[in-house]
Amino acid sequence: MSQSLFGKVWDAHAVKTLSNGQTQLLIGTHLIHEVTSPQAFGMLRDLNLKVAYPHRTFATVDHIVPTDQRQEPFADPLADAMIRELRRNCEETGVTFFDLPSGKQGIVHVVGPEQGITQPGTTIACGDSHTSTHGAFGAIAFGIGTTQIRDLLATQTMALAKLKVRRINVNGELHPGVYAKDVILHIIQKLGVKGGTGFAYEYGGSVFDNFSMEERMTVCNMSIEGGARVGYVNPDEKTFEYLKGRPYSPSGDEWDTAVERWRSFASDPDCEYDDVVEFDGANIAPTVTWGINPEQAISVVESVPTVEGSAEKEKALVAEALEYMKLPAGAPIKGTKVDICFIGSCTNGRLSDFEEVAKYLEGQKVAEGIKAIAVPGSQVVDLICREKGLHTVFENAGFEWRGAGCSMCLAMNPDKLIGDQLSASSSNRNFKGRQGSPTGRTVLMSPVMVAAAAIKGEIADAREVFGVGELANA
Amino acid sequence: MALEKITQVRGKGVYVAGNEIDTDRIIPARFMKCVTFNGLGEYLFYDVRKNEDGSDKEHPLNDSRFSDATILLSGENFGCGSSREHAPQALYRYGFRGIVAESYAEIFFGNCTTLGIPCFCATKEDIRTMAAAIEADPSLEITLDVENERIRFGDQNLTAVVRESARMALSGGKWDMIGELAEGESEIAKVVAGLPYMAP
Repeated sequence: MSQSLFGKVWDAHAVKTLSNGQTQLLIGTHLIHEVTSPQAFGMLRDLNLKVAYPHRTFATVDHIVPTDQRQEPFADPLADAMIRELRRNCEETGVTFFDLPSGKQGIVHVVGPEQGITQPGTTIACGDSHTSTHGAFGAIAFGIGTTQIRDLLATQTMALAKLKVRRINVNGELHPGVYAKDVILHIIQKLGVKGGTGFAYEYGGSVFDNFSMEERMTVCNMSIEGGARVGYVNPDEKTFEYLKGRPYSPSGDEWDTAVERWRSFASDPDCEYDDVVEFDGANIAPTVTWGINPEQAISVVESVPTVEGSAEKEKALVAEALEYMKLPAGAPIKGTKVDICFIGSCTNGRLSDFEEVAKYLEGQKVAEGIKAIAVPGSQVVDLICREKGLHTVFENAGFEWRGAGCSMCLAMNPDKLIGDQLSASSSNRNFKGRQGSPTGRTVLMSPVMVAAAAIKGEIADAREVFGVGELANA
Repeated sequence: MALEKITQVRGKGVYVAGNEIDTDRIIPARFMKCVTFNGLGEYLFYDVRKNEDGSDKEHPLNDSRFSDATILLSGENFGCGSSREHAPQALYRYGFRGIVAESYAEIFFGNCTTLGIPCFCATKEDIRTMAAAIEADPSLEITLDVENERIRFGDQNLTAVVRESARMALSGGKWDMIGELAEGESEIAKVVAGLPYMAP
């Protein structure tokens, strides 16, 4: 019977049907971090249970870690307590911890793939909704709550209902200056923040065929912002090439067998999907959010919506967003003054993100009064960037080059907005208060667009600022 | 593990209006720097309830008329965004025992069910009717009937939807799955044995 990748991987990991009708699903790879795991380990101790498969559990510290002044003890005693708690939990249970001294620490969704832990045909879970990132490798990967972390630690399984699958094709070609980040912002804008609830998104089409693994990760990362808990791309030669030789990848005699097995998980060409949606890459422009959820996005050449011009059912949320973001309704988004510029996060904190921006930063300077930070997604990314001299390009332009962590995405470490500062951010959420101040304002965009905003001191069209290709009609 | 069978929730209600209320709003991240869930109730909806100087903003949860509410009403896609279980934990520890909304984000829904908090889906119309009734009489007793998927208050008896798996788990006293999951040890081992990447 023809099946999608989702169906094949599901069947390979299903243990049995539970009394509530859900499936007991084996999660082969369990990633953990310091924020959502401590209570789960605590519950395990209370129940007197052991970790069932410590060798399939991998930990890192990312959310609370400072991106500068990383020497311990951390200045924030709460953060310090959390890293020590994770250390203790991993030591006691035998879980591998990519700790700060290891040289492998970083954002969990950057570390998994670069270590070769993320592989096709596997199930992967983590107490973090951006776990969908790992679907870029043809895995079923999704975020879970702390109680499910407990379930996984104790049994390596959890209860889950099978998702439907929506195939999203993006065909044609992207215009110059349009990146993977724009593709996912565009998809979410069209399908909505709850369009994917109950679905796994399978991404395909020529644009995805041509994407690198890191570009596929950027798209899959934000699937959850479209309501889809799972988002994936079928594995192909690029996937295998990426994985070859990585620390946890199969090697030697096992490599070829693994690749054949991985290939077999790809969706059958004639399989049926619950829904299919088509996009033309040529219709995608550099995209920025203007509001308080990721769906409230427009092309950089467009204007901020007005309440009057919005559909009836949208009016209340548009009004709420306009009030919070303090952007003049109906005015072009280009030219909006920014205060902070942030390049990093599990969405766009990988090597290719920094390489692409560095191309355009040569000879440029961050505008007066702008604070710009570049945060590598992992110690490995940091090291490679330094080896290539990229960090110097950023620093010469006026960016601060930081140590690896979640940084300004979410305000659990010292990198935060103050007051109603507006940030141009390569992260994934623009909710009210997300970046640490109850009145802080977030505008999401691609890393190159963040760089353009940093140079101009305002939201700008990177294609104009950096002379990227021809200006497309958006 | 003997769990309470949750067949209904009975209590007073409070309406927190709005669509796409995300979990950052329900519990801002800066309050999540903790190794237990203790004390989270205090920070529920903190930034929409409190000014920077700590004084109260105008918000239904600051309105003393609704201070005993154990049932929360809201809009579409409630609990979207981050998977943080801290959000339903904060709701529970604040005192909420049931939620009525138009729709829920998936991870949030699952987290609530695992904590024994029934999440009912009702139409926008019905939620408006309930909200108006609560506004008119904050002491109104509301019954959320999990098994029969109904919401009763005053002389109203509305139909609602409680997803089948959640309904079965809550009313069957199996909403925390650990016991049942742990029973499958040998079946789990069989599946593990068939997955080359699981080998030590």
